[in-house]
Parts: sequence; C-alpha cells; structure tokens
Amino acid sequence: MTLLDFARGPGLQWSLIILIAGVLWRLGGTILLNARKDLSRPRHKGTLTDGLKVIATRSLPAHQFEKRIRFQHFSGYAWHIALFISVLFFAPHIFFFESLLGFGWPGLPNGIILATAAIAVAILIALLIRRASHPVQRLISNADDYISILLVIAPLVTGILAFAHVGARYPTLLAVHLLSVEAMFVWFPFGKLMHAALTFPSRFQAGASYGRKGVRA
Amino acid sequence: MRKDQSLGEYLFSQGVSRRGFLKFCSATASLMALPPSMVGRVAAALESARRPSVIWLSFQECTGCTESLTRSHAPTVESLIFDAISLDYHHTLQAAAGFAAEEAREAAMRENAGKYLLVVDGSIPIGNPAYSTIAGISNLDMLKESAANAAAIIAVGTCASFGGIPHANPNPTGAVSVSDIIKDKPIINVSGCPPIPVVITGVLAHFLTFGSIPDLDELGRPKAFFGQSIHDRCYRRPFYERGQFAKTFDDEGARLGWCLYELGCKGPTTYNACATLKWNEGTSFPIGSGHGCIGCSEPDFWDKGSFYRPISAGLWGSREALLGAAAAGAAIGIGSALAARSRKKKAVAEEAKSS
Repeated sequence: MTLLDFARGPGLQWSLIILIAGVLWRLGGTILLNARKDLSRPRHKGTLTDGLKVIATRSLPAHQFEKRIRFQHFSGYAWHIALFISVLFFAPHIFFFESLLGFGWPGLPNGIILATAAIAVAILIALLIRRASHPVQRLISNADDYISILLVIAPLVTGILAFAHVGARYPTLLAVHLLSVEAMFVWFPFGKLMHAALTFPSRFQAGASYGRKGVRA
Repeated sequence: MRKDQSLGEYLFSQGVSRRGFLKFCSATASLMALPPSMVGRVAAALESARRPSVIWLSFQECTGCTESLTRSHAPTVESLIFDAISLDYHHTLQAAAGFAAEEAREAAMRENAGKYLLVVDGSIPIGNPAYSTIAGISNLDMLKESAANAAAIIAVGTCASFGGIPHANPNPTGAVSVSDIIKDKPIINVSGCPPIPVVITGVLAHFLTFGSIPDLDELGRPKAFFGQSIHDRCYRRPFYERGQFAKTFDDEGARLGWCLYELGCKGPTTYNACATLKWNEGTSFPIGSGHGCIGCSEPDFWDKGSFYRPISAGLWGSREALLGAAAAGAAIGIGSALAARSRKKKAVAEEAKSS
C-alpha cells in the first residue's frame, strides 16, 4: 500500500470516524450536562432572543476594546473566510464532499482558490508570530493553541504545494496533504479546534443566562 | 537484416531517407531530454550500431505489449529499429517452435553473454511454478537463467514492471514483477497497459546510442518519458484550472472537451507520455477520446478503487462506518453526560446528608 493509498483509504476513513464520533461525543456530553439550577427570579423571559442576540453581538469587537483588538478581530475573520472559500469551493474538495454527502455545489476557478489559501496562510502565520511574541497572548497560550494553529496551517500549505507541484511528485504531495487534513480531523474534537462546533452554542448559552439575570451583553 | 549490417545500413536499405533518419534522431534526442548538440551523436551511434541481441520473454501477459509495438499502421523508423534488432527469441513472433525455439534462446545467451538485452513482458507467478511454464520451464527459472548474463533488462508493460493485472487483489498466482526477483542487473521499467511503442524504441535507441540505461525515476522508469504526469501535459488542463468539469460522458461539458477529473480521470497521479506522444501514429490518447486516464502505468492501478471515482473522493468504502461513528459518538456523549449528572446528584445528596 502506497502512502497515497493509505491516505485516501484507511487514513481518511479512521480520521473521519474519530472526527465524527469525537465531535458528537463532546457536543452531546456538553449540551446535556446538568447546569446549576438558577434559583433567582428571571429578569427577562426572552431566553431565545437573548441567546441569539449575544451570538450576534459577540461576533463584533466590543466597543471598549475595539481599537486594541481590531487587527486580531478582523484578521481572524479574514483568514476564516479565506479558509472556507478554499475548503468549500475548490472543485476536488467539492467532489470529496459529494462522495460523503451525496450532493455537491458549483466551485470557483483555481486561481481564486490559490489566492484565498495563500491569504489564509499569510494571516495565520502573522497571528502565530503575534501570539508567540505578544507578552499577554503568550501568557494565555498553551500547547493546544500552537498545535491547533499549526494543524490548520499544514493542510493549507501542503494543499498549495500539491496544487503547484512543488517539492515532490504530485502523489506524494497529495498524500501529505491528505495526511495533514487527517491529523487535523483527529485533533479537532479534543483540542481548541472544537471551538468551531462549540462557539455558537456556548455564546447562545451565555446570552440566555445573561438575559435571565438581566445582564447587558 | 544481415548480421553484419549496421542499423544505419539497414534503415537506408529499407527506404528511410537521411532526412527521415535525422528527424527520428532529433525526435529521439528531444524525447530523451538531450540537448540539440547530442543529435549528431545519437545519429552517429544509431547509424553505426550493430544488431544488439534481444531475448524477449513473455510470461503472464495478454500479448498487448507486443501488439502495441508491432501493430502500427505503417512501418515507422521506430518499428524498423525494432525490426533491426536481433530478436533471437520471442515466442509470439518467432517462426521456430518447440526445442528449436529454446535452442535459439540458449544459443543467443551463450553467444552474446553479458551483451544481450533481456526484454520481459508479463508478471512472474511465484505462488506455484506450474501456473505459467514455457517448454516445461517455469517463468521464474527462465527469468533467472536468462537474466544471469544479460547486459540490462527492459520490463515492458505494467505486468513486468509492477505485477500488473495478475498481481491485482487477490493475486491468485502470486504474481510479482521482474524487479521483485532480479536484484543484480539494471532494470528499466517501461510501464503502461500497454506501453507506448515509441517509449520502448526510445529506450532501445538510448541503449544503442550510449550503451547505458537512461535516467530513471523512483519506480525505475525512464524520466524522459515518465517525468511528468498526464494531468500536467493534458490539453484539457485549462478546463481543470477554470473549474469546468464534464459530469457525464455525454453531457455538454464532455462535448466541449472539459476536464474529466470528476468522471474519475487518474491523470494527476499517473506519470506517462500519453498526452504528448499519443497513440496510433500520434493520433490521440484515451483522454482525447473522451475517457479519463485509468492510471495504467502506475503500480496496482487495478486496486485503487473505481476508474470512475474522482481521486479526491477517497477510498473509504461506504458511509455506514461513518454513520456508526456518529451513533457511537452520540451514545458516548449522552452516556458521559448522564454519568456526570448521576455523580452530581449523588454528591448533592451526600452534601445534604452531611449538613
């Protein structure tokens, strides 16, 4: 079995199994946890709208810190959008999703995908350097942060190399790209990448709780 | 062709003009990625080359490789070069049969010891020697015996190069490639099912010109012919770049010549010269005819999933395993949450009791 056969076959299958089982495990376990009973009288009854409101308000930088976190905030948006475009609109990726989900969607020309992937990599590397050099960010970062960032950068870089056929033969580059994606899949449920699944539920939960307590958020 | 005749004399006697011969030499030099200054050397070497003795062994094969080389529409310089070699043993093409044929092989091996080229097509069964024998000699024994005094070995076709279709899962005959058995001789793999004729003659021309084997890739194939993927040289590549793919073999995209990636084309992972040299006197190649590349020049191409599944679609088999994973993950999540609740309830009860 070649490296590419492993990456396309058992590697992909097992990493997807770990990803799906792990995400549902953590989501199920978190959502069904019994929250502490709040005995205070609710100040507000609109739990659903409060939750949704906080999802929206937390998606923008807080006024108080806007100047200081603007770069961090909007560069975060930029690379996330670039990543989603690269992942969701590159034709071979769409064929992968189609084989998994049973349906596909139109893709974008490769030039656009290459540009967005390069943008995502550049911003991620800038953010990684900032995290490692900024005294406060360095203090609040742990290995999980660095591993998670590197596991997102790796598929993008290997994808660009595979696309450009740089460094090795295409089957090897494709295998390395797939293996880097699989490493990310395996890490996803157990590290900070899980924020992708937990961000909105946790914001909703916080918003609902704040609403009940009458906290402005 | 007479034994004492040089290759040049033979070609000119067959009506090949000097211009035609030099054209072939230029093309061969270009195919072998040699600089233009080497054309003269190629021409001089080929012109004066004496007939090299070639022993061609056919093992577990379909004769497609021989057909590929011999069934050209009109005699070409390549085919004439093939005619010009002293093909001392080829049991599909030779007139001799039985003991006479085997004697010819033994005589060629004896008279040209250390100088003859051994060409092999077909894989070698090692599961049981009786699966394939010639004149009562197993393929394994015949290969070892013939390889012992060969100058070099050319494994023609994917079966001889990598085991090919006989090697496909479950490999009932225990088929292996030439390089799995012979370890002490230079081996040139000219893979393909079948290989492109001009690649075979190109390798022969290289051997005649330089007396050595060409630069090989990590799979033992001449880099000059297998250095680039089909995808890299495919005329449909611009459609891939623009994201334009045929969805079926007869839709509008297919009629417009769009990329066949979605229909399972293995061009990106296949290294061969089909897209540039083409087949049938340079007429076309599979992708040109509207069908994706099946990757026939790569090892185990038969066992890499459907020919009609895109490369990026993966080979995980079915969605059932993923649905099972989803169910298992949800069950573990629910179970762990319930266990946490139960622990919490117990702790609260114990706290209440103690206070």
